[in-house]
Amino acid sequence: MPADFIISLYIFVLGGFIGFSVITRVSRLLHTPLMSLTNALDAVVVVAAMIIAGRRETELAVILGTIGVAASFSNAVGGFIITERMLGMFKTGKANKS
Amino acid sequence: MNPIVQQHVTDFVYLASIILFILSLKWLSSPATARRGVRAGEIGMAIAILATLAGAGIVQYTWILVGLAVGGAVGVPLGLVKTTAVPQRTALSHAFGALTAALIGISEYYIQTPHVPKFGMIEIALEVIIGGLTFTGSLIAAGKLQEILPQRPMTYRGQNIVSLTVLAAAIGIGITLMFWQDISWLFPVMVVISLLFGMMLVMPIGGADMPTVIALLNSYAGLADALLGFVLNSKVLIVAGALDGASGFILAVIMCKAMNRSFTNVLFGAFGQLQTGAGKGVEERTVRSATPEDAADILKAASSVVIVPGYGMAVAQAQHKVRELYDLLTKQGINVTFGVHPVAGRMPGHMNVLLAEADIPYDKLLDMDQVNGDMPQTDVALIIGANDVCNPAARTDSSSPIFGMPIIDVDKARTVMVVKRSLNPGFAGIDNPLFYMDKTLMLFGDAKNFIGEVVRELGPGSHL
Repeated sequence: MPADFIISLYIFVLGGFIGFSVITRVSRLLHTPLMSLTNALDAVVVVAAMIIAGRRETELAVILGTIGVAASFSNAVGGFIITERMLGMFKTGKANKS
Repeated sequence: MNPIVQQHVTDFVYLASIILFILSLKWLSSPATARRGVRAGEIGMAIAILATLAGAGIVQYTWILVGLAVGGAVGVPLGLVKTTAVPQRTALSHAFGALTAALIGISEYYIQTPHVPKFGMIEIALEVIIGGLTFTGSLIAAGKLQEILPQRPMTYRGQNIVSLTVLAAAIGIGITLMFWQDISWLFPVMVVISLLFGMMLVMPIGGADMPTVIALLNSYAGLADALLGFVLNSKVLIVAGALDGASGFILAVIMCKAMNRSFTNVLFGAFGQLQTGAGKGVEERTVRSATPEDAADILKAASSVVIVPGYGMAVAQAQHKVRELYDLLTKQGINVTFGVHPVAGRMPGHMNVLLAEADIPYDKLLDMDQVNGDMPQTDVALIIGANDVCNPAARTDSSSPIFGMPIIDVDKARTVMVVKRSLNPGFAGIDNPLFYMDKTLMLFGDAKNFIGEVVRELGPGSHL
């Protein structure tokens, strides 16, 4: 088993635990924004797509990478916009009256 | 800058992104800090993209910029959809995320072949299979939610065996490629099979199970990204994927618990089929119905009202009328709260967003456990477009398909009013004894129109 794999596995397991403890604390009210936010954060895969498209190793890689950049960047943009919009809708009774 | 230093700088920026991503989710714990959380996520994303653009290894920018421009142009309208369309938008974004992961895995394979290390091959195969099935599965889910595809489960005899055989074939090809690199024509076959499996996985699942399915697909999309992080040795991808995967998994568990069902049952149970043969000898049972005036009179006389919203409220776009009703009743000193079942709607938290959009204060949106404790002291439970989530058969009738599912105990309130189009059983095709109880009044009609008429009765121009 390559050493890189073991390091990656450590990061994955620890990341999963952090995710678990942070996300169980998210208010039930906000489960829809939670989903759109994690979706937007997951769009960091755009970074990998950019590298694949920009290294110009093969033509196929450039084509698939470019599609990947478009698909994941649309998730980042759309995900952040909709999360902000939804969170802006949640108001307390007091804020409503003022 | 020397390329090694440049690489270190990029790595540190990615580390900063990871920290911001974790903080972003941490701040989502309460509505008060949540917007700060989004800001943190946006900054983390922006610096990761900028560091990559400035980093070593990129020799050609044209196509990256084209991709970013197209992505931005598609992303903005997808961020501005109506709140009722959020479930299908979410499913679509899972599809996009999984597509990206799958495409990068495919290009990595073709860059490395025929010298893919054995271990790397199994990582790529797993990543492409999960990415592929999540891509098509999410597209089917989005199609069902948009009602392009039928919401009823589509099933045939022996379906589960066929589906699982297909999945096994894809994994088998992955293992084969690990040992025999030169038969690389098998790789596209594996991709196609995984795409096919995604469709076969979601096709048989009914609309009412979509909250669980969306959460599971969310988890798979995260997993695909994390696996891609393994393939590319990218820490930021592994962490983002692990966070997303954990989030989807937790939500899926919450949804399953709220329906008293297991993952296997949701995925392979084809819940919500027409129950053939169940219609035999339906005995005559009486139902009491009421007019908007009656409903208004009863609401006026109450001192506490719990409103239970469901998917029907979203379909009828009744949330703004509900808000008017809430205002009028609150003004008269009546305590109005909302009882939101975890699986009400088509995705986790769906109802809360719709009601918050209609300007209902979020401290009035209570979850099932909070609202059930007060139910015996509640004068009126008003059910708008919900059905199975308040079916008392879940507590009392062990032969019911939903027996054991936690429900909102509306039958314990003094009076129950149900706004519903007709007596047709709900999506799952399960009869609801609530409708035939003595204390229940059926308010037949379109939710938006009916609540609108109640509001008119209660309104300032009325005989109050």
